[in-house]
Amino acid sequence: MTTIAMGEMEQLRKEADNLKDQITAARKAMQDTTLQEAAASINVVGRVQLKTRKTLRGHLAKIYAMHWSTDSKLCVSASQDGKLIVWDSITTNKVNAIPLKSSWVMTCAYAPSGNLVACGGLDNMCSIYNLKGKDGNVKVMRELAAHTGYLSCCRFLSDSEIITSSGDCTCVLWDIETGTQKTIFAGHQGDCMSLAVSPDFKFFISGACDFTAKLWDIREGTCRQTFGGHESDINAIGFFPNGNAVITGSDDASCKLYDLRADQELITYQDSSIMCGVTSLAPSLSGRLLLAGYDDFNVNIWDTLKAERVGVLAGHDNRVSCIGVSSDGMACCTGSWDSFLKIWN
Amino acid sequence: MPVINVDDLTDKDKALMEVTQLKREVQLQRWMTSKCCEEIKDYIQAGVDEDTLVKGISEDKNPFKEKGGCVIC
Repeated sequence: MTTIAMGEMEQLRKEADNLKDQITAARKAMQDTTLQEAAASINVVGRVQLKTRKTLRGHLAKIYAMHWSTDSKLCVSASQDGKLIVWDSITTNKVNAIPLKSSWVMTCAYAPSGNLVACGGLDNMCSIYNLKGKDGNVKVMRELAAHTGYLSCCRFLSDSEIITSSGDCTCVLWDIETGTQKTIFAGHQGDCMSLAVSPDFKFFISGACDFTAKLWDIREGTCRQTFGGHESDINAIGFFPNGNAVITGSDDASCKLYDLRADQELITYQDSSIMCGVTSLAPSLSGRLLLAGYDDFNVNIWDTLKAERVGVLAGHDNRVSCIGVSSDGMACCTGSWDSFLKIWN
Repeated sequence: MPVINVDDLTDKDKALMEVTQLKREVQLQRWMTSKCCEEIKDYIQAGVDEDTLVKGISEDKNPFKEKGGCVIC
């Protein structure tokens, strides 16, 4: 780099640091209480003891992802055995077993309509499958290819739009019909690992290996807010059920809740006895509980207001890679590297 | 929507993008944390009684209840 170019970079870096300091000060000025202080008069929720009600057996290798259908009955899982399986969680029947072109799958998603599922991974693509094809066969409907890195997560907005996050540090909004990129969301300085769509479908959040979470305006195509504080990669992210807060899970062994309107962290869920990374998370229906999967094969259940652990789901023989609470809040599903999915309530 | 090819961005482009983004974020209107905490508390209190994972569910109302043993008549 030339001396002039170095000078410009130095100037930009100084400007960025200055702006970051301003943001830190602005946030501090609005911090008149913590969530723990505000919830001091509320009792810790009673011990939560969930039981495994169903075990979904059928995958032959590590499960990397699962997603509930909006009907709270069906769910889809993706495994490195090269299959997407759609399960009836109540009967434990396999509704569809879809063979994949690439077995290196890292994510899967169920469309809100129940008509489509999607998956992707080290093939850098997001493949869309139509479950309701005329002849009853499940076929690839579209292959969305443009990312230059692995597909870490995908979530449908509708049958015609899907958002993906990638190891290439970007997220993309796709038009499924034409198979083209509508919007590229760039800004993260590390692999994007996870994304979640707001309950009103206007925003989405992404967690990345730059230790930050970003809130994006889907239609404007812009990043509205950036949340820091984690000391390592953010692997999991979700919206608090009211859509006004975000929960992140990180390799730094903690989960954090950030409020969108205060633009800052309100509480951290961590314990000195937990030293392994968070792989997945899901809030319960009311938001009172946070279920988080960790590298040590367990799921810890946190009281979100008190930041106390109120339960553990122990039942898998390997890392819990994915977790989801059904839309009606009746059950939680965990997926593991032990090749099983379990339904708990 | 302009299509950005992230691989084509130089370090200076990225630094400029970061500064532009920070200038946007610094303008944000922020709420007091006390107001946000109240909203979160209220939301939870309003829904917690219907939250199966918190309150539990009786066997007969549980769609996921474990099947009973087989009876051969």
